Amino acid sequence: MVEFLQFTLSGISFGMIYAAIALSLVLIWRGTRLLNFAQGGMAMFTTYIAIEVIYHTHSYWAGFVIALAAGVVLGAVAELVVIRPALGKPELNAVIITIGLLILLEGLAGVFYGGQYRSFPAGFSIVGLKAGSTALGVSRFDVFVAAAVLVTTLLLAAGFKYTSAGLRMRAAAFNATVARLSGIRVARVITVGWALAGLLGALAGVLVSPATFLYPNSMDTIFVYGFTAAVIGGLDSPVGAVIGGLLLGVVLNLATGYLGSQGSDLQALVALGILVVVLMLRPEGIFSGARVRRV
Amino acid sequence: MNTRSTPRVLAAALATAVVVAILSIKLNAFRDFQIAEIAIYVTAVAGLTLLTGLSGQISLGNGAFMAIGAYTTALLMLHLNWPFLGVLVIAGAVTALAGAVVGVAAARLHGPYLAGATLLLGVALPNIAFAWPGVFGADQGLNVVYTAPGFLGVNFPLTRWQAWVCSAVALIVLVLLANLGRSRIGRNWRAVRDNEVAAALAGVNVAVARVRAFVVSATCAGLAGALLAAVTGLVAPGAFTITLSIALLTAAVIGGLGTLPGAVWGSLLIVLVPTYATDVATSHGLSSSVASNIPVAAYGVVLILVMLVFPQGIQGGVRWLLGLFGMTSAKKTQMKEGTQ
Repeated sequence: MVEFLQFTLSGISFGMIYAAIALSLVLIWRGTRLLNFAQGGMAMFTTYIAIEVIYHTHSYWAGFVIALAAGVVLGAVAELVVIRPALGKPELNAVIITIGLLILLEGLAGVFYGGQYRSFPAGFSIVGLKAGSTALGVSRFDVFVAAAVLVTTLLLAAGFKYTSAGLRMRAAAFNATVARLSGIRVARVITVGWALAGLLGALAGVLVSPATFLYPNSMDTIFVYGFTAAVIGGLDSPVGAVIGGLLLGVVLNLATGYLGSQGSDLQALVALGILVVVLMLRPEGIFSGARVRRV
Repeated sequence: MNTRSTPRVLAAALATAVVVAILSIKLNAFRDFQIAEIAIYVTAVAGLTLLTGLSGQISLGNGAFMAIGAYTTALLMLHLNWPFLGVLVIAGAVTALAGAVVGVAAARLHGPYLAGATLLLGVALPNIAFAWPGVFGADQGLNVVYTAPGFLGVNFPLTRWQAWVCSAVALIVLVLLANLGRSRIGRNWRAVRDNEVAAALAGVNVAVARVRAFVVSATCAGLAGALLAAVTGLVAPGAFTITLSIALLTAAVIGGLGTLPGAVWGSLLIVLVPTYATDVATSHGLSSSVASNIPVAAYGVVLILVMLVFPQGIQGGVRWLLGLFGMTSAKKTQMKEGTQ
């Protein structure tokens, strides 16, 4: 029972990271109907920027903030420079462009920083917390990870719900043509969506790197699970992204925990199993609206 | 493709075969290896370009089918010592079966949901090798010993023979797929892609058409995997990463989705651009970490630029050029059809 609690709690911390990636994919999907394969690559790159800043300023928080800012800039620049010219062309073109962007970023990271594994500091103690004498399987930093993603998500949700900019974003995602007719600059809204997605990705990168180390491909697996979480939840649903991320994080962690040494090798198979079950029951994710496909 | 008749396809295939044969004799062993590599990609990408371009289903997991083909090959050659031709047929059959299973599961899924499911399949399936290390050799993989046939003489370079075998399989697959694309089956795929409801009303069995497309693309990937096993001599999970599956889709789209010549252009690009860029980088005396990563970055830039400059892929650009010189009038109508 104690084991179960430990695995579940530490799964939540990983799940929140998947949720952050999933949420960033959902933001982009709602705006541009596009899967951004560069999301993980962008997060990897901003985390390298964080490492440089931390090295020079000796301040974790300076690195943290600048990584998030870099994520915003990178997301917006990517949308403006390479994605916008491809919108309106065949659907898959923009997807291949994001793959090109991913490869470009991984190449640049290798050129600037080399391919070796770098350790990344955690903002808080990584010593396991205890309730009385039972170890909880999570550290202060894990709690921070979950809290940071949760707070960011809630801030975003509040922004979407209560600000006029949020209303514009929802309108543009709901019906771009009507939104445009009522005077919303849809193109600008899309750029803002990419910038916010960049921020979420950067957050995930900074939060996950103490556990995974940092190297040019370090975010590949995280991206795959984030994508899986988004698909499980339903790509149109921000709530679904968070629930999907948590579900995936907890189940994967339980599987890894109970299967022992084989668990980490078989993690992807477990994830595939979850995805297959969910999609068999609901082909467009758990939180997809009961919408009839347009013919 | 749809207006091209069988004799023209055969003539094009024969001409390519002659060019490949001459090249493989003129060029060195490394280039022969590259010819084999390109032919392997062509085999896999050709199936994927029909799946995504004609039947409208995206797959980011065809690397998994390559893994199935490769492991089938390795196991048959290791334990039963079968001749390669027989192994190739069985590898194709096994992956066809796997493709049918995945196709049935995938027939309900669309767009990003299908992309996500197949991507995870591509990532997860090679990990089965870790579950039964005794059978699949886990990280170390399985070794495959493949030699050139005796009648060619002892001095015949193995890489040249491999280039021949791979190119022969690739060309046969291309000819068969060209016919399939023009047949009733190919027409049904297009109908399903353009409008499922209309296709169903016109009497097309949508589910069967979609599953069939998956079987065809999986078989092609399986054959490619079998060839890969024979050429590299090693079958290990590390060869079938997410990068491979993504590279296949990239080649299909970059070349021109749904066109078989496009599969060839795309394969040429993804094999040759990284090697060429590496040559350039090392010849300029850059440090090793820079020299090994500049090609990666350059490859990324090439992908982005090709997509921005040729929205219809390289084959779209080729058609545009041909149209510019008034080569054929039929090409123009083809291009219009291709854009739908």
